[in-house]
Amino acid sequence: MADATSSLQDTRGPYYGEFGGRFVPEALVAALDELEVEYRSALADPGFVAELERLQREYTGRPSPLTEVERFAEHAGGIRVFLKREDLNHTGSHKINNVLGQALLVKRMGKHRVIAETGAGQHGVATATAAALLDLECVVYMGEEDTERQALNVARMRLLGATVVPVTQGSRTLKDAINEALRDWVANVEDTHYLLGTVTGPHPFPEMVREFHKVIGTEARAQVLERTGRLPDVVAACVGGGSNAMGIFNAFLDDDVRLLGLEAGGEGVASGRHAARFSGGAPGVLHGARSYLLQDEDGQTLPSHSISAGLDYPSVSPIHAWLHDTGRAEYRPVTDTEAMEAFRLLCRTEGIIPAIESAHALAGALVVGRELAAAGRTDAIVLVSLSGRGDKDVATAARWFDVVDEQDIAKAATTEGSSL
Amino acid sequence: MNGAPVPGFSSGRTGERLAALREEGRAALVGYLPVGFPSVERSVEAARALVEAGADVVEIGVPYSDPVMDGPTIQQAVEASLERGARVRDSLRVVEAVAELGVPALVMTYWNPVLRYGVDAFARDLAAAGGAGLITPDLIPDEGAPWLAASDAHDLDRVFLVAPSSTPARLATTAAASRGFVYAASTMGVTGERTRVGAGAQGLVEATRAAGAGFVCVGLGVSTGEQAAQVGRFADGVIVGSALVRPLLGDAPWAQRLDSLRGVVGQLAEGVRTARAAAPHAAQAAGPGGGE
Repeated sequence: MADATSSLQDTRGPYYGEFGGRFVPEALVAALDELEVEYRSALADPGFVAELERLQREYTGRPSPLTEVERFAEHAGGIRVFLKREDLNHTGSHKINNVLGQALLVKRMGKHRVIAETGAGQHGVATATAAALLDLECVVYMGEEDTERQALNVARMRLLGATVVPVTQGSRTLKDAINEALRDWVANVEDTHYLLGTVTGPHPFPEMVREFHKVIGTEARAQVLERTGRLPDVVAACVGGGSNAMGIFNAFLDDDVRLLGLEAGGEGVASGRHAARFSGGAPGVLHGARSYLLQDEDGQTLPSHSISAGLDYPSVSPIHAWLHDTGRAEYRPVTDTEAMEAFRLLCRTEGIIPAIESAHALAGALVVGRELAAAGRTDAIVLVSLSGRGDKDVATAARWFDVVDEQDIAKAATTEGSSL
Repeated sequence: MNGAPVPGFSSGRTGERLAALREEGRAALVGYLPVGFPSVERSVEAARALVEAGADVVEIGVPYSDPVMDGPTIQQAVEASLERGARVRDSLRVVEAVAELGVPALVMTYWNPVLRYGVDAFARDLAAAGGAGLITPDLIPDEGAPWLAASDAHDLDRVFLVAPSSTPARLATTAAASRGFVYAASTMGVTGERTRVGAGAQGLVEATRAAGAGFVCVGLGVSTGEQAAQVGRFADGVIVGSALVRPLLGDAPWAQRLDSLRGVVGQLAEGVRTARAAAPHAAQAAGPGGGE
């Protein structure tokens, strides 16, 4: 057990090194202060903690399993690969961990309306789910382009009783959905909570979202120890905003374990069409926090690109920015092509269809596994956060691998009430 | 008493103008226009028209990709401005043009463009262009240390915002950090025209003055001469944005759009001039050092 004073785990905001903070309109400061107070008092309240644990167990299905993937690992230099199965959570991804925590806080604060942003739709679905469970009004902002790309998740949210608002401003993607959610929040902060979906934004969001996701790493660390008698050599996770990575990294921050974050390299960092903030961005401020950011020389946010909507975001958690600059974690880009190869491999070798986001982590594991094997470390253990399941990505993948007729996809999508 | 300092509050260049107008018994008309809409050259023309038609202070908006405090009208103009290639440095051209007319030119900017330019470099270039200072909608004083230092070094005003949700303690820290005036958001929300100005605006202005602000101007939702008159009774300045941008949108000939802008500004200018004449007692309530 690391000494409490030197522990990197649970480092408190608002700053993580030179990152984080609260770059927000004054109108939101009172709500952020209230949120911080409520969140800290809730964590100290055994009743709150017990209720959250009960929901995680009985509703989400925690603990999520740890699966060793031997056939997949043969392609990673023959090392051992374990998957932390967040894809098996209710709603199909890690997002539900944070959503249930925040939704319980909303009830505690006496607010009755939640708003959320969503890119791929995973966070929107998770939020709509928790809102239904806890009887909260729910509005989800989603870039118009994403509502078209992810028509199935739009339908899911509506079935759960949420209102989905397509955002037509700006680039019509995730960053614009966040802008619109912030505008809503400024106007309705009295009775509305902004249920932010990732480990970024103004303080206390990064700290709070990490808190609700750290169960991933706590469970995985114990599971790997139990299964193998030791800690993994590498923990790999995809990094969009960075919540699943933060969740699984946190428990290992004070261990001698390599932490590897995989960003969306899109069509390659050199192409300019990517979401690799650490390789292709620079420190700046967006959506309330100072972090790494894709921006032009005037500080205008640059559009990001990834085959995976969930990684398609121009900034990243300030906590990851800090781990990057201190060298505690390393971040590498994975291209669309590399991610889709890893996607195909997991499907064919293990019978698991991963989210394309998670496939970036799998691609990272393949690369680092081969590197370790080449260095003679064939006994190495790599733990991968399988953050979500790939059902939502079936149409994208089918098109990528050309396994169905294009017209059939178009027809199916039209039946969903959208066009491709 | 022209330009007399308000005890405990740093008037700066903009505050001096507000003090002079207070002496005249009226509020200032503070007009916002975005740089580069519909082009950089035309935004300079629009800013000149704004001053000639009666604006006392000009707020020059730096176009930004993620304007979370702005409603649809300003978003539309700013998006078009960026699509046409407007640059942050173009704002300095508009500042020069406004400053030449002898009117305080404040730049309204989200924080990242300034961070990217370099906080001190931007302050230096803004001062060299004759600018009066900055209005920073997404920078609270808590995060503002580099800007507090740069604005001191280059003698610039720094206008921070307060909102109906601000606690008395935050009103006090914001007032203490501000120079020129404090920008009071009349309502919880983003920029845009509203049929009614927030009912809490007067209370917020009074609370902000009580917290130490020498001058308080009110923005968000003011679009008509009548509303300007109403706000001008209790505030040191009436800030108008979307209502000035709207006449510049659309496909009408440019000269016609400029005329529409002058018309709107004229009504607003009339509003701030008649405000206290119609309600002399309210003028007295303008605050410490106000007019008597």
